[in-house]
Amino acid sequence: MDRRKSIKSMILGGVAGGLVLHGCKPEGEAAATDTGKLEGFSYNYGRTPEEKELIMELENEQFFNEHEMATIEQLCARILPANENFGSATDAGAPAFIEFMAKDIPEMQTLLRGGLMWLDHKSNSEFGKEFKSASEDEQKKLLNTIAFYDAGIPLSQQPIEIQFFSLMRNLTLCGYFTSKMGIEDLGYKGNTPNVWDGVPQEVLDEHGLAYDEEWLAKCVDQSRRNEIAEWDENGKLIT
Amino acid sequence: MQIKESSKVYDAIIVGSGAGGGMATKILADAGLKVAVVEAGPYFDPADPEQMTQLKWPWESPRRGAGTVRDFGDFDAAYGGWEIKGEPYTHKDGTKFDWFRSHMLGGRTNHWGRISLRFGPKDFKHKDVDGLGENWPIGYEDVKPYYDKVDKLIGVFGTNEGLPNDPDGFFLPPPKPRLHELYYIKGARKSNIPVIPSRMSMLTKRINNDRGVCFYCGQCSRACQVYADFSAGSCLIFPAQKGGGQVDLYVNSVVREVTTNAEGKATGVSYISKEDRKEYQLKGKVVVLAASACSSARILLNSKSTAHPNGLGNSSNMVGKYLHDSTGSSRAGFIPGLMNRKIYNEDGVGGMHVYTPWWLDNKDLDFPRGYHIEVWGGMGMPGYGFGFNANEFNKFFDLPTGGYGDSLRADVKKYYGSVLGFGGRGEAIAREDNYCEIDPTTVDEFGIPVLRFHYNWSDYERKQAKHMQETFEELIHNMGGEPLGPTPSKEEDYGLLAPGRIIHEVGTTRMGDDPGKFVVNRYQQLHDADNVFITDAGPFVSQADKNCTWTILALSWRASDYIVEQLKQQNI
Repeated sequence: MDRRKSIKSMILGGVAGGLVLHGCKPEGEAAATDTGKLEGFSYNYGRTPEEKELIMELENEQFFNEHEMATIEQLCARILPANENFGSATDAGAPAFIEFMAKDIPEMQTLLRGGLMWLDHKSNSEFGKEFKSASEDEQKKLLNTIAFYDAGIPLSQQPIEIQFFSLMRNLTLCGYFTSKMGIEDLGYKGNTPNVWDGVPQEVLDEHGLAYDEEWLAKCVDQSRRNEIAEWDENGKLIT
Repeated sequence: MQIKESSKVYDAIIVGSGAGGGMATKILADAGLKVAVVEAGPYFDPADPEQMTQLKWPWESPRRGAGTVRDFGDFDAAYGGWEIKGEPYTHKDGTKFDWFRSHMLGGRTNHWGRISLRFGPKDFKHKDVDGLGENWPIGYEDVKPYYDKVDKLIGVFGTNEGLPNDPDGFFLPPPKPRLHELYYIKGARKSNIPVIPSRMSMLTKRINNDRGVCFYCGQCSRACQVYADFSAGSCLIFPAQKGGGQVDLYVNSVVREVTTNAEGKATGVSYISKEDRKEYQLKGKVVVLAASACSSARILLNSKSTAHPNGLGNSSNMVGKYLHDSTGSSRAGFIPGLMNRKIYNEDGVGGMHVYTPWWLDNKDLDFPRGYHIEVWGGMGMPGYGFGFNANEFNKFFDLPTGGYGDSLRADVKKYYGSVLGFGGRGEAIAREDNYCEIDPTTVDEFGIPVLRFHYNWSDYERKQAKHMQETFEELIHNMGGEPLGPTPSKEEDYGLLAPGRIIHEVGTTRMGDDPGKFVVNRYQQLHDADNVFITDAGPFVSQADKNCTWTILALSWRASDYIVEQLKQQNI
């Protein structure tokens, strides 16, 4: 993409200890081993130097103004309010995620900003106040007119306010369920070292399924996974 | 501009550090050769905390894993993508070819699917079966010993099934199927479609003391920090270095051309360093090109000299021709039986635990070559896109779609893990008029002329994609599910993806005995310059209904053995 800035000098992202590494001159000094530390960069998930620069650049911009952000905060909390166990999408940080994505995928900007304008205009016409100042009942009355879509018609052919709200709902739910709180709420159990040893028996029973004995016999015996593999000459595993 | 020369003379210069280059590095360095590995991208080690994306949570990315910067998502290991700034490629006659490049140590092996299938006897001699394409000059029996060695060196899980064209091997034991895979097995049996354990290069069992064992995070596309999956850097190049091999890595170094002498023999390579944008030369007795099928073709075509006026290795005019990718068509279905799931960790290995190899005889069908079926599904880690159209499947129950409020929480949980998807990956027929060539009007930011692609699918591939879609719909119905979206139409080529999209491009420097028709001989040695070898997928005569990596590895090992032998005999 054009707006992406590329840094002409590629800096190595790090060097494993003990391994031979040369830059362009094999006998000379090793290539730069700057680990790419960038002042103020708060993320730690294996970014290249150019990727860090881009994130910094996007975070230094502000797309939505204060009023728009306040409206987004209210909308996120209407779309996914708190319940007895978990906070709202706003509590989980969905608005900041939406602000970032509006800059990361600029194609969304007009629909998001235009939709917020539409909300205020409609709220002003009906209740004589901006959406964020309307009462809960007033807000819901308004949202009820745009919150449902016809799944039989492509979204791009539906009214703009319905498209806007769909996008807002998508980003809100995504922001929530990709947050720490949302993943806890969902109950996702993975992303951690473990040993997969098949579907739990009660789940198999619930679905009326069973493993074939013949198939199971071929599968890994997890109690022996740390024994170094050896085979006979026919490819039969003997450890 | 003065080109800087190094006084060192390598026994072998290897261009590219992916599957083909990594294996050549390992074999040549282990044999005691002094090798230089020239890689266009940076150093990469999945165990380096500065480069690691494995086991990160979605909220650790401000874009929650969206694919705005990295095409397969923010946590994917590939540095590169379909488009790389400053390194364009072009197209001819309005045709389409999408070219995925990953510039980093290990190349595309850092993020690939690890599906590790041997070609079968029929795959090397398919012209004998249907008269189409070309036979390989070698057969399965020539490659089998190398497949066996690759299995043992790198590790691949699977099962010996005794299938005629999906050969047995030295497999690690496979993981047990997950719930959606059991649904698939059951659904497929209703249509007599066989399903067997997948064959993938993750270590379900220890293979040596240098690499760890799979801990089932399902994130092989992020590259494994304990080296429990196959990447060329962690499994071939690092071991070559640790084994005391004389390996000099030149990273961020973009090869422009192979240099040759008056007799037409290679003397080394010239490259541009991305660090100072200056041109350098390396000298070597042997040059091994393993930059990927298209990149190696580009280097050859750009290596023009008095001895090789048409580009190195191109006296036959065949470099770049017969480019072909696997076919691909995909479909997903909503499976009501998988609603309201009890939640447990089913990340498993990164990819499918079961698959379907090609099971029919093309004699009975209206297309000549087969495909295999890949399957995905399950309760994966949320990332960008999760929660989109959260209750869209309400439409199948005549319930309203959309809305807001606490009920959306229940909707998300209700449908979590209820989608199952298929990818068909098939064999295309290689043709001379599908090719890449040098675009004389365009250079990249290093001043190197770029590739221009010309590629059309034929009805052979379209009819195969149609069959895939019919099969997928039948399977989804067998599972009690609803196919998502309309059936791709004839006008949409039945969902057949643009060439290049499956990232199995092969065939640009085909192997064969006749120097007038083929670029390399059966040992992947240029007919036109006996000290230049190609060990990526360029020498493939046909791509089979398999994935190409295991065959790249086996053939690179075989070619590397030949190089060592020829050097010993002082033939090159």
